[in-house]
Amino acid sequence: MARGMLDTAERMALLPGDVPRDAVIVTRNLHREYVMGTEVVRALNGVDITIRRNEFVAIMGPSGSGKSTLMNMIGCLDTPSEGEYWLNGHRVSELDDDDLARIRNKEIGFVFQTFNLLPRASALANVELPLVYAGVGGRERRERAETVLKQVGLGERMHHRPNELSGGQRQRVAVARALVNKPSILLADEPTGNLDSATSVEIMDLFETLHREGQTIILVTHEPDIAEHAKRQIILRDGKVASDGLTAEIHA
Amino acid sequence: MLIGETFNVAFRSIRANKLRALLTMLGVIIGVGAVITVVAMGTGAQRNVENQINALGANLITIEPSRSRFGGVESSSTVPMTIDDAVALRRDAAEYIDAMAPEMERRQQVEYGNQNINANVKGTTPEYPEARNTRVEYGRMFTTGDDDSRQRYAVLGANVPDNLGQNPAAMIGQTVTIRQIPFEVIGVMASRGSIGWSNPDDEIYIPLTTARFRVMGNDRLGQISLTLPEGVNRNTALIQFERIMRREHRIRPGEGNNFNLRSPTDYLATAEETSKTFSALLLSIAAVSLVVGGIGIMNIMLVSVTERTKEIGIRKALGATRIVIMSQFLIEALMLCLVGGVIGIGFGVVASNLVSKNLGWSTEISPTAVAVAFGFSALVGLFFGLWPARRAASLDPIQSLRYE
Repeated sequence: MARGMLDTAERMALLPGDVPRDAVIVTRNLHREYVMGTEVVRALNGVDITIRRNEFVAIMGPSGSGKSTLMNMIGCLDTPSEGEYWLNGHRVSELDDDDLARIRNKEIGFVFQTFNLLPRASALANVELPLVYAGVGGRERRERAETVLKQVGLGERMHHRPNELSGGQRQRVAVARALVNKPSILLADEPTGNLDSATSVEIMDLFETLHREGQTIILVTHEPDIAEHAKRQIILRDGKVASDGLTAEIHA
Repeated sequence: MLIGETFNVAFRSIRANKLRALLTMLGVIIGVGAVITVVAMGTGAQRNVENQINALGANLITIEPSRSRFGGVESSSTVPMTIDDAVALRRDAAEYIDAMAPEMERRQQVEYGNQNINANVKGTTPEYPEARNTRVEYGRMFTTGDDDSRQRYAVLGANVPDNLGQNPAAMIGQTVTIRQIPFEVIGVMASRGSIGWSNPDDEIYIPLTTARFRVMGNDRLGQISLTLPEGVNRNTALIQFERIMRREHRIRPGEGNNFNLRSPTDYLATAEETSKTFSALLLSIAAVSLVVGGIGIMNIMLVSVTERTKEIGIRKALGATRIVIMSQFLIEALMLCLVGGVIGIGFGVVASNLVSKNLGWSTEISPTAVAVAFGFSALVGLFFGLWPARRAASLDPIQSLRYE
């Protein structure tokens, strides 16, 4: 992975000229097709988006609009059939499985609708997991995990297992796990989908706080009132960007 | 450090499913245990045979009367072997004989004080201990002079004093009666252990001439034991002995022998061969059970991979590479096999001890067998763990995350 040896500034210099220098995510003409039996489903049909550092973006759209596919693509869980994707200067579209795993570990913090915590491991062990795969030593791993857990307000419950925590607390553990390796982006897929409205507000407040502290956040949701917390909203329809604007302007 | 974590995960996953892990390991436990027990029994049997060969002496040849065959017809009676045969062998094949012990034997009532036992009494020559690779432990053997003068001297087998309720050293100089005839005990043999179905330690030895004229009343021999001198070709010696015996028994050319020339060591070597074959057979069955155990492990590992699809998805999303996922499952399979192997070794040692205690078979735990069984179980773990581990490593993270 020779490209990985370059630092961020050097990688950014390799991007197309019209891209802002602080772009974290750049997609160009992104296509993704699936073969379902005899039918070819075009989940993404030419998506061009640019997301800059410290943006808080909501990706919205009805089911079938391609937002899950776009999320998988941005999250480096999937690669495009056509088009290009740069994440923090890494040209993701040409990486193999193991390189994608390393990129996910280093650049992306996932928060899922169903939390996706390891049930048999304590909150602390769950948060340490990305650092294990990053090759961070035991002592430093623990310290960093504890720090992040305190940051999300779970300093008192870090030795509990997921089934001993409430839904909101579980999602906080997931957020801590997403943040622990200092990723370029926090990628949240319906993070409040399994939470009641009061807890949803708490989690969204946490996201806003993180955003104010400089974290780039991408939120995939179909709920307009959740998307309201983001500063920018991208709406997909039929695998294309239907609208892309600042939340403040939409209301204006 | 990642390796340490991988071991941890594998260990915790086994601990979380203790019963299942135990049942999975059972195949390997039984396989390894069986290998160790079978090899221990085989090694013990072989050691037994070696000991018996040593006890008999490697150069022993025995001659016994047998039924003769003539043109495929077996005669109904045996032609007895007599003292004359022994005299002729000694005279005409002297250079092929180191020690010679003709034996005439019969079971007799033996009394000592108020004790009365039925023992095998053997009339033989002073060369008996040398010919049968044994020695007199207490007192002395009778001499040629004792034999010629028909002395009523007796040398007891090692167990006889005990059978008569006396300790061996104290028996020297005591009088026992054989068929109401008083004999002075002049020696007690060293213990030899049982050979086949007879136990020479229970026998009593008296001079051949005494036996012939005072006890048995005939000159028929049950057996002649010979040892060959160093450097003599066994086959040449056997041909000589056969020629002399045929001449003495007036056997016409083309007629079958009415005696048997045997080298018990040859017979035992055959027994050793048989026990080896038997061991190999049992070992291959044990190996099959190890392989079956391995398939059990593969089966449960595949179940485990399916069960933990979601977990694999999470780990992959968080940055686990293929090799990390693969080693996690491979190490789990390996640990199952190795823990099973260790339990199997313990099981094999216990089973070997039970076999030797309850069945009276001698067993010997072979360190090689332990090492090989352990190594083989590790190999089974690697081999049968590989496919499930590869399967886990190649799961698609998106599909796995959706798996419920």
